[in-house]
Amino acid sequence: MNSENNNTILKAEQLSIGYKTKKADTIIASKINFELIKGQLIGLVGGNGIGKSTLLRTLIKLQPALSGSVLLNGQPLENISNLELAKQLSIVLTEPLSSKNLRVSELVALGRHPYTNWIGNTTKNDKTIISNAIDLVNITTLKDKWCYELSDGQLQKVMLARALAQDTDIIILDEPTTHLDMYHKAYILKLLQKLTKETGKTILFSSHEIDLAIQLCDHMIVMTDDKVIYNTPCNLISNGVFDTLFPKDLIAFDNSTGSFRVNK
Amino acid sequence: MYIPLKSIFNSLFGTIENSTWEVIVTDYRLPKAITAILVGSGLGISGLLMQTLFRNPLAGPFVLGISSGASLGVALVILGSGLFGSLLATALISKWSIVIASSLGSFLVLLAVLAVSSKVRDTMAILIIGLMFGSITAAVVSVLSYFSSAEQLQQYIFWGFGSLSNLSWAELTLFFGIYLLGIILSIASIKGLNGLLLGDHYAKSLGLNLKQSRLVLILATSLIAGTITAFAGPIAFIGLAIPHLTRQIFKTSNHKILLPAVFLFGALVMLVCDSIAQLPGSDYTLPINAITALVGAPVVIWLLVRQRKMMF
Repeated sequence: MNSENNNTILKAEQLSIGYKTKKADTIIASKINFELIKGQLIGLVGGNGIGKSTLLRTLIKLQPALSGSVLLNGQPLENISNLELAKQLSIVLTEPLSSKNLRVSELVALGRHPYTNWIGNTTKNDKTIISNAIDLVNITTLKDKWCYELSDGQLQKVMLARALAQDTDIIILDEPTTHLDMYHKAYILKLLQKLTKETGKTILFSSHEIDLAIQLCDHMIVMTDDKVIYNTPCNLISNGVFDTLFPKDLIAFDNSTGSFRVNK
Repeated sequence: MYIPLKSIFNSLFGTIENSTWEVIVTDYRLPKAITAILVGSGLGISGLLMQTLFRNPLAGPFVLGISSGASLGVALVILGSGLFGSLLATALISKWSIVIASSLGSFLVLLAVLAVSSKVRDTMAILIIGLMFGSITAAVVSVLSYFSSAEQLQQYIFWGFGSLSNLSWAELTLFFGIYLLGIILSIASIKGLNGLLLGDHYAKSLGLNLKQSRLVLILATSLIAGTITAFAGPIAFIGLAIPHLTRQIFKTSNHKILLPAVFLFGALVMLVCDSIAQLPGSDYTLPINAITALVGAPVVIWLLVRQRKMMF
């Protein structure tokens, strides 16, 4: 690696993603290249079924890449043990929690698992990190509530606090804005932006909120039918990438406002 | 038989005043009480492990098919003994043969479940496969009972009632040894169990080795539930209900609190059920399996109705 790439946290090189079966590989997307830089907010956008989740699952080592490589802090993902990975990468998924019979503070504390002893006792240091994480996402008032009492938006913030408590270089979120109202969508994404600035963490999220992502992200990964493009939102707009995102019969991208308009 | 409380303590701590009473207390009642503690706490803990592992409030040692495996083993020995001829039959149906058959049965089902769980990723599928094992067992048992004599059937049914008594100190020692091994594995899994509360993917992202944790949890359960079924028969209800009751009472899913709480609560409930089954003051003993459900099921229903929701 070159010295200029010292700030690269996560790197994909000629990555192909998809599913392996005995008969044949189903390739969902290929030739994916990007370098996620420290302290940046990166949005992953693309239509339904284009493979956003598959890409994220590959990046968080839930499924193997078909070819190419993913480097986390310069190390190939497959060489990193689960425990080591847990200290470098944390996740927020769309899947519901198995149990909501936990207090918010307990749930956030689970983020310290990779660092705690065999029975999971938290030290003073762990507790400081946990309360910092709770402060960072403004859920101090929710601390003693039960998770089953929370709204979707609140739960999303709690899950984010848990990922923060894991104290990793990068946080990956799968559609953090689904099921949220317009205000909370903006709130969560704005919060993510604030976190990248304040903590220096890299945050990658997938979303359908293209307008918001364009306004808030430092870089974006755009998945279209035939390729995956990584660039800054400005360059993506001027290259006309968003025009190719969807079929043109219904909506069109307006370069001047940076948002989609319904054809009348 | 009625023995005054004072005499019970005297027998336990060595002052002999009535040798018959002493024998009854030290060789029958004390082992029985210890068995009740082991059975209650063990079934409760194995139920807790299964419910967390399978993320399903219905899970328990029975649903996983471990107990069905044990039943099948016992059914083969008792009901199938006719096939080996009457000469062998008497030799086969000793207490130890039942213990061995039921351990072997639950162990084989465990092996099958383990083999399946390494192939199938979905924990729900494993649960259903466990249920299918149960159905197969039930079918085989009914085929066997169709060809069995009334006497053999009665013996099998009596085993099915469950029993905490008749364990010698030697049997109890073996029982305790295996039970302890299972408990140690469970305690070592506390952290992993808490991670599993978030779901498999989150647990993995917290650095948990999923495959290994699953294996340890299934192993612990089958050790505990397998030996319990072997020595005390298939005791229903406790494994399913105790974890729920404990969650309702302690209002948490944190296993650091739940595991010891389930241990105590399971032991307590089993001792109470045993006392009721004993019908104090009378010479009758009711089947323990009936008492656990008769006493426990209404309690669970009452708690759920009161709380209006199942906490998991």
